[in-house]
Amino acid sequence: MNVLSGSGVGRGAVVGPVARAHPAPPTPLEAAGPDSEAGRSEAVEKVAQAYKAVAEALNARAEEAAGTTMGEVLDATAAMAGDPELIGEVKARVLQGQDPAFAVDHATKEYIDLFTAAGGYLAERVTDLRSVRDRVISRLTGLPEPGVPALAVPSVVVAQDLAPADTAALDLAKVLAIVIEQGGPTGHTAIIAGQLGIPCIVRVSGAADLVDGQVVAVDAAAGTVTIDPDDDVRARAEARGEALERLASDHGDGATADGHRVQLLANIGTAEDAERLTDAAVEGVGLFRTEVLFLGRTTAPTREEQADTYERALKALGGRKVVVRTLDAGADKPLAFVTRTDEENPALGVRGYRLVRTAPELMADQLSALAEASRRTGIEPWVMAPMIASVDEAADFAALAREAGIAKVGVMIEVPAAALRARDVFSVVDFVSLGTNDLAQYTMAADRLLGGLVDLLDPWQPAVLELVAAVSWAAGEAAKPAGVCGESASDPLMALVLTGLGITSLSMSPAAVPGVRFALSKHTLAECEAIAVAARGGRTAEASRAAALALCDTEVREVLALG
Amino acid sequence: MAERTVVVASAQGLHARPAKLFTQAAAGKGATIAAEGGAPVDAGSILRVMALGVKGGATVTIAAEDEAVLDELQTLLETDLDAE
Repeated sequence: MNVLSGSGVGRGAVVGPVARAHPAPPTPLEAAGPDSEAGRSEAVEKVAQAYKAVAEALNARAEEAAGTTMGEVLDATAAMAGDPELIGEVKARVLQGQDPAFAVDHATKEYIDLFTAAGGYLAERVTDLRSVRDRVISRLTGLPEPGVPALAVPSVVVAQDLAPADTAALDLAKVLAIVIEQGGPTGHTAIIAGQLGIPCIVRVSGAADLVDGQVVAVDAAAGTVTIDPDDDVRARAEARGEALERLASDHGDGATADGHRVQLLANIGTAEDAERLTDAAVEGVGLFRTEVLFLGRTTAPTREEQADTYERALKALGGRKVVVRTLDAGADKPLAFVTRTDEENPALGVRGYRLVRTAPELMADQLSALAEASRRTGIEPWVMAPMIASVDEAADFAALAREAGIAKVGVMIEVPAAALRARDVFSVVDFVSLGTNDLAQYTMAADRLLGGLVDLLDPWQPAVLELVAAVSWAAGEAAKPAGVCGESASDPLMALVLTGLGITSLSMSPAAVPGVRFALSKHTLAECEAIAVAARGGRTAEASRAAALALCDTEVREVLALG
Repeated sequence: MAERTVVVASAQGLHARPAKLFTQAAAGKGATIAAEGGAPVDAGSILRVMALGVKGGATVTIAAEDEAVLDELQTLLETDLDAE
């Protein structure tokens, strides 16, 4: 019973057989093709058949996804696999004596270079060209189809990493869990898995040795993959999985045992994420990270394109609350068209709202697009700016947003300066949202991206809790909402502390909502307040968490594996 | 070869979906398409058509032996295929 470990996403536990998603085939080496004319004709025929089969398979997937963005992408990808010029070029190379797989690679490369050089939209389509190339080469060389296989039974999908297209192609009814060797807890696969409520473990070293059909127990709360689990491990995983499933079927609004309401909201990055929430048991979106729309581009999206995206997101939530964060670029999320590369301390540089100093048109376009989406849908988004440090910045942003036609204006509190002066900030905005990851980074002066400083970045650090308490207190005095949209909102134990401090909404990955809802429902507001007092009494992060845990309901501790 | 000059109506230009519909209609009919001032390419090749990078509102020249083929292709280009 060998145990592999990594970083878990979600709290789920499952047992099932491994289904490996296969990597792309290796790059074909230059080799001579068949030496007879008959052999070459046969090879040309095989090439034609391989392209045809790939086009048909992609078309079938496009039909399954018809009407979605992914369906359109797959449809165009299928057309690429049927492109007469590309196939003609490959055939000509084979007739001249090239090895078929090598000919496919090189003929495709011409288009990849052409698209890459063109930049923008065309450069983004290079992924599709590569996917066609890899599928055709795999067929020609007898390798398994790259990507996720069709799953016959519910399985644990194991891969090096999954591309966005692979994740979109997953048959969710048959995916018990996802285990990947690479990626990170905030990477694409982890985020999508979190939204879909699939237990996921990333950075699992040793996952490469897992083979198809091998039974594994996956525990996302512990971050472990147990190979050939014994009866005891199986029973525990299954019991926890069942308990969590029961929790997930509770769709009620977030509230304490005595009925004190705490809104449970979702963090999203795209309009597609919003569409996945249509039937989800969340009361809305507490953080719409709009920078996803801007990342990986050479120019900013137009006001029109932004308005369309925001419109889709607002519509998908059907009138539920949606808190939109304006562009948070810079530092670890650089943008080609605005981020300066000569900053010595990018985390302390021109990032978040500060971009208004160097690129005011980005903010103007975004606010105007949000107002347009609001007009089109008749739904008013709550709009907040990230990285606000002073009350002047908060007031300036509020003025810009109100002038653009935004009714509910707020700011993120991630900078200790803003937390300390929360009372003044509340005098100029309608609400605030605490980003606890950045608040911890700036309070503890520790880079979020440095794994070695992870102890300092612990949201249970008493200094961080103290700032959260100060903001909650100011919110109570101003009678205005204060939410939390950082990692800590998804920790059920921390959620009790935050509720006790007076936080009014908690925004997290949708998969984390059932656990938090359950924890809240088992404690009264007075108990949450007592837990918050206990946590604030700790002198270290460890002591704060231990003090909170000691007052936590035992059933909650057990079902959620809180320790 | 008959030629026509047409303004592309699809707002986002001849990208994935419009290019796919256009090339599907043109496939195997010996038609070509050229961006303004550029060399004509096979109108049945989605890769060649996308690589033209034609934006919405831009002018393209289509050519084919058969007027009926040109009629069909012109209608497609003059339709906002993104809106459907």
